[in-house]
Amino acid sequence: MSDASAIAPDEAVPASEPPSMHGSPLTESCGQTVLHPTREQYVGVVRALLDEGYEMCVDLTATDYLLMPERAMPEGVAGARFEIVVNLLSLSARQRIRLRVQVPADDASIDSLFDLHPGTEAMEREVFDMFGIAFTNHPDLTRILMPEDWEGYPLRKDYETGTIPVQFSTDFAART
Amino acid sequence: MSLIRNIQDDGLGGIQHNAITAKIEDLVKWSRSRSSWPASFGLACCAIEMMATGAAHYDLSRFGMEVFRASPRQADIMIVAGRVSQKMAPVLRQVYDQMMEPKWVISMGVCASTGGMFNNYAIVQGVDQVVPVDVYAPGCPPTPETLIHAIETLHQLIEDGHLMKRRAESGAGANVHVQEIAAGAESIPVLIGTR
Amino acid sequence: MSIVDTIQAGDDAQQGLKPRSELTARELMREVGSVLRMSEAEAAQLGGVPVDPAEDQTMIINMGPQHPSTHGVLRLMLELRGEEVLRCKPVIGYLHTGMEKTGENLTYMQGGTNVTRMDYVSPLNNELVFSMATEKLLGIDGDIPERAVWMRMLLSELNRMSSHLLFLATNGMDIGAVSMMIYGWREREEVLRFFQKVTGLRMNHNFIRPGGVAADLPAGWRDDVLQLLDLITPRLEEYDTLMTGQPIWRERLQGVGVITAQEAIALGATGPILRSTGTAWDLRRDMPYLHYPELEFDVIVGSYGDAFDRYAIRLNEVRESMKIVRQILDRMPTGDYRIQDKKVTPPPRARIDESMEALIHHFKIFTEGFKVPEGEVYVAIESPRGEIGCYIASDGSATPYRLHVRAPSFVNIQCMPHMLRGGFIADAVAVISSVDPVLGEVDR
Repeated sequence: MSDASAIAPDEAVPASEPPSMHGSPLTESCGQTVLHPTREQYVGVVRALLDEGYEMCVDLTATDYLLMPERAMPEGVAGARFEIVVNLLSLSARQRIRLRVQVPADDASIDSLFDLHPGTEAMEREVFDMFGIAFTNHPDLTRILMPEDWEGYPLRKDYETGTIPVQFSTDFAART
Repeated sequence: MSLIRNIQDDGLGGIQHNAITAKIEDLVKWSRSRSSWPASFGLACCAIEMMATGAAHYDLSRFGMEVFRASPRQADIMIVAGRVSQKMAPVLRQVYDQMMEPKWVISMGVCASTGGMFNNYAIVQGVDQVVPVDVYAPGCPPTPETLIHAIETLHQLIEDGHLMKRRAESGAGANVHVQEIAAGAESIPVLIGTR
Repeated sequence: MSIVDTIQAGDDAQQGLKPRSELTARELMREVGSVLRMSEAEAAQLGGVPVDPAEDQTMIINMGPQHPSTHGVLRLMLELRGEEVLRCKPVIGYLHTGMEKTGENLTYMQGGTNVTRMDYVSPLNNELVFSMATEKLLGIDGDIPERAVWMRMLLSELNRMSSHLLFLATNGMDIGAVSMMIYGWREREEVLRFFQKVTGLRMNHNFIRPGGVAADLPAGWRDDVLQLLDLITPRLEEYDTLMTGQPIWRERLQGVGVITAQEAIALGATGPILRSTGTAWDLRRDMPYLHYPELEFDVIVGSYGDAFDRYAIRLNEVRESMKIVRQILDRMPTGDYRIQDKKVTPPPRARIDESMEALIHHFKIFTEGFKVPEGEVYVAIESPRGEIGCYIASDGSATPYRLHVRAPSFVNIQCMPHMLRGGFIADAVAVISSVDPVLGEVDR
């Protein structure tokens, strides 16, 4: 992503680097700042942001992009099936920042943020319950919303909604 | 004496009917309908409307029902108010089983009656799959007037004697037989919604 | 075998409750305060009998999910030494409705009906955050007409009042002031009557929709609101007198359920819980949305982080909301109540008879739904319980690809083990009530 600069065309201008923060590409989505760290960079970036003042982890969730493999990603970032989305908030600076980390389907695991933000305990359990993404170093990775012996991960795109056909119900399959 | 034995087994249905016992029956049915105490089983939004019905403006106390008993042993009516999830269904059945005869169930709201707007993997599509229901109150949530109408309908049914004691053999009337799974046994996987 | 299978299959993955002497330092550090990390199957097997008689006689007891004081279907596994609570684990999921999955099948016009039933005590706030997220994705968030914005603020503040009145009622009943239950609901009925006049329903309105609101305010609404405020203001003083100065109330709530500011921020708690610790954080003032910067109101902050502070904060927030509503009454502009973009909002019903185009737009919006451009967004507002956020990822179609609602109560419940440690069971009832969870949004 090179920005247009007002320099005379005969001057040699190096192509500007894509914006990044703490080593991860940075994009904007509807006016909101989004970082795209890799799985390896993930905890380091969150720790760096915590030091910078993003003290509260407001939300940690995931998305299953099984039906959207061709989505807009910044350059250098390859879209995987799962994406962990973390929203951080800095109370002092009154700013939010969002992280989107790609998690592949065949190795659906990522580090837990529990040691940095204890409030992610329940959120990570919910992601594990709904998507089957495992969090290493999580103190208690068990199902939280579904019964403990439930099989399957409900929010994955290959898990059916479980709609029982009734007369006059909408054909949801026709919508997607 | 055979009269007493029949009452123990069959409740009011077992009395040998004659002119004297008819009056006693009427008295019993009348008193049951006038002071039926609900067991608090408020789950979701309907619970808020149920509490509003019990509050000052709509006042369930005029029907003898303002005491929501916490213990199911002391309750007569179970008003299932709200959506019943898969995790909650066994709890619902357990609370229903703990209630003493005679007992009745009002299914309040569309989620309790049929699953409501949530036709998916997580909600039991109608609480009558778990407990036998006597009166269904539609609405999302039913206004307090609707709930009072449902309660009055139930009271009328009790007073007219249409709801007698349910027999254990028929699964408490709904032909629902619940099998206890011993703790520690192999867990049975639940496969709803998976391909 | 993936890591998921390892976790599920392995025996060492079971979170057994080892005796305290065997815990490593690392585990003890994690247990600071009190979270009982034990799976439900383990607890069922234990059956409340202490495993090792040589250890302290602690007992694991279950409170809920069917319980008069747990504010819905919350289950608490409490480890008790006598009457004292040592550790606690909130078990949720008894109201899990699959709303996020259902939301993926509903159009953005229908999404409000789904989202509004999450926090069923303040439904208009859920609809508001969902509509704001949709509008941001559509790019029309700057074009919402003035009257619609002010109407949204009016309804949102009235909803805050009714939610806090419900808190006062249930808190009162849990502590023992049972008459407060009747009083709180009596006031709430007045607010619900106004809502019924404006939106058509007492609860779960689906009134705030992407593009504005569903209908205009009815004639005479100013008088209704003034009557409401004049009714509630003196009665609120009565409740203040009834509860705040009362010695029993103070004994039961002061010093109970204390949480510090660092704990609250680390756990992600927002709303009255965070404000009770002394942190002045209110999204209406600090990261404002709608036209809140134009209104004058105070942010109520406590100092001790205990249950009494949370009660006092909510009581005073009712007063602040009334102040805001009075300002809105004076300043409500005239104009459209929804954006005139034909692709997003349906035409007025009368025009359907006249214009074929209007009929087609109406039909398309209500059956297929309007398409929202690809993208993802997170919007947050201040609900009576804290920060409620809506994360929508769209794939360009008429239904959200991923709809996630960041529910404040879901995160606030994590504070409960830390608040309950060392207290009695009776204090547990008071603490649960002061956290004011709504299980509909916890479980979604």
